[in-house]
Amino acid sequence: MDLLHNLGIGFGVAFTLTNLLYAFFGCMLGTLIGVLPGIGPVATIAMLLPSTYALDATPALIMLAGIYYGAQYGGSTTAILINVPGESSSVVTAIDGYQMARQGRAGAALASAGLGSFFAGCVGTIIIAAFAPPLTEIAFKFGPAEYFSLMVLGLIGAVVLASGSLMKAIAMIILGLLLAQINTDVISGTARYSFDIPQLTDGIGFVVIAMGVFGFGEIIANLGRPAEHREVFTKSVKGLWPTREDFRKAWPAVIRGTTLGSMLGVLPGGGALLSSFASYTLEKKLAGAGGNFGKGDIRGVAGPESANNAGAQTSFIPMLTLGIPPNAVMALMVGAMTIKGIQPGPQVMTSNPQLFWGLIASMWVGNLMLVILNLPLIGLWIKLLTVPYRFLFPAITLFCCIGVYSLNNSTFDVYLTAIFAFIGYLFYKLAVEPAPLLLGFILGPMMEENLRRALLLSRGDWTTFVTRPLSSALLIAALLLIVIVSLPAISKKREVAFSEVAD
Amino acid sequence: MKIKSERDFWSGMMFVAVGVIFAIGATNYSMGPACPPNDPCATSLWARMAQLSAHPGAGYFPLGLSVLVALLGAIVLFKSLTIESEGGDPIGAFAWRPLLIIIAGIAVFGLMLEPLGLLITIPVLIFMSSLAGDEFHWKGVLINAIVLTAASWAIFIWGLKLTIPVWPAFMR
Repeated sequence: MDLLHNLGIGFGVAFTLTNLLYAFFGCMLGTLIGVLPGIGPVATIAMLLPSTYALDATPALIMLAGIYYGAQYGGSTTAILINVPGESSSVVTAIDGYQMARQGRAGAALASAGLGSFFAGCVGTIIIAAFAPPLTEIAFKFGPAEYFSLMVLGLIGAVVLASGSLMKAIAMIILGLLLAQINTDVISGTARYSFDIPQLTDGIGFVVIAMGVFGFGEIIANLGRPAEHREVFTKSVKGLWPTREDFRKAWPAVIRGTTLGSMLGVLPGGGALLSSFASYTLEKKLAGAGGNFGKGDIRGVAGPESANNAGAQTSFIPMLTLGIPPNAVMALMVGAMTIKGIQPGPQVMTSNPQLFWGLIASMWVGNLMLVILNLPLIGLWIKLLTVPYRFLFPAITLFCCIGVYSLNNSTFDVYLTAIFAFIGYLFYKLAVEPAPLLLGFILGPMMEENLRRALLLSRGDWTTFVTRPLSSALLIAALLLIVIVSLPAISKKREVAFSEVAD
Repeated sequence: MKIKSERDFWSGMMFVAVGVIFAIGATNYSMGPACPPNDPCATSLWARMAQLSAHPGAGYFPLGLSVLVALLGAIVLFKSLTIESEGGDPIGAFAWRPLLIIIAGIAVFGLMLEPLGLLITIPVLIFMSSLAGDEFHWKGVLINAIVLTAASWAIFIWGLKLTIPVWPAFMR
């Protein structure tokens, strides 16, 4: 059994003291930022990247991964207790979860969210371990033309499944690709768009963009909104264990959510957010009208919470096997690997098996830690909810500043971040999603290299992308996605689906 | 001409502007090889493009992207002028106060860090950025500044051993 052998290597790596420690630290931090509204996993991972310089690649990635799935657990806590989703993927949990809390059943809601997430996490880990190797096999058959087309599909997929205007999202991808052109051309050695500023010839750091747009952009946007009044249901968190009736109702929802999340996580653009939305819609359909749904149904908590965790886990598959990030967090993970001198792509599994399988196994370990962190220690996190934002945002500002500076010990990066903070706020005001920009930015250099290599091989013949069967299939899939989503009937449904949950 | 969606109008403008700027920039870089003496330049546009595509230069990819983003921007712009949106989709007021204070805070951090070190820069940053919120209580901000300075030292200097200047330059 290859699978068992590989998982064996993985658990061997994950169970070393250092790695356990970093997994714990990542989960802890993930829960923390999940609980705290106003800071998401993208900004946090960007903030922490510089601090991982001294670490080996494996513990660094284990920790960063822990932040992502840890945030899914933490996010549900705030959603249930104060009706403020700590993470965007917990938006739907807030609907039924908060109602349950108001009925004094916060404990049952938290427990079903936690246990559902744990179950989904276990399944997600097995799925990654089972599906990563065959996918890697396929990826090895790819030439530059196929890789280019795959990236096109990945980027298009990433935006059609997200909310908001498709046209603007695609424009944002290209904007990201363009920003990545500020560098020194690898092939000719020409410095591009550097305005004779030496720091720009190495390109803009992705941390600078992530921190400016996601970290600071969000802070400014939050401060610009009137303060919210929060009502914390802290006293009602008693009787953590769900009743037998709860279990009977929740477990099919958990299984449905896990299945849905595992499938959607693999898709480009998938991940936690999409999975939880889809699961909520499904549960709502199954529950039918007239029931308790939307007014404190445990299925509305268990389903989406399992789904977002499963999605968060399986979204590692395209990142680990193809080197193609399906969402902004994975884009940062790709960046983190590059910093550590690992070229993301199908070769990671064979060249760094310790890292590859260790990371996967650590996710299971991390999920176990998270259940322990979140259920018995819930009181601790509730206390954190009472920390006012006026203490938090200066702290986030500070950590972002230190993080950016320590990246290259350069104040230039700090100034550049200030510019991107403004740009990030501008994006917020114009209602353009910044995530596609980051994806484009990370994939930019890889895409250009593959495009130019493919053209070089075909002697300038652009038809190479459509005459090679695999490449053409990928491009057709991308085109189909755009066409399907643009169909009036579908695009209306898409808007409804997203606005329904947003209300 | 009436703007029917303010947000789309200005995003369209932004994309077009970026596209044009990057396209102009791209013309500074080589699109591909100059015509070699033994292989004269193709006269038709398509043939010349194929010639360039065979050895794409540094400006090839950025020019293509710039044109694409400008085109998409133009479509967004066009839609914003023709398709009705709910309530005109206004951008709304800018939160200038937090925007300017936070950005100034970051810039001041950059200016002060190397000459003055963390122990002075952090409290300044905390005081400055706290001004961006709705409430400002001296006592709370002071405590926050002290706690965060101590925590930053413990995490970044003592724990992670990052090489960030701690003391002012004249004391080092």
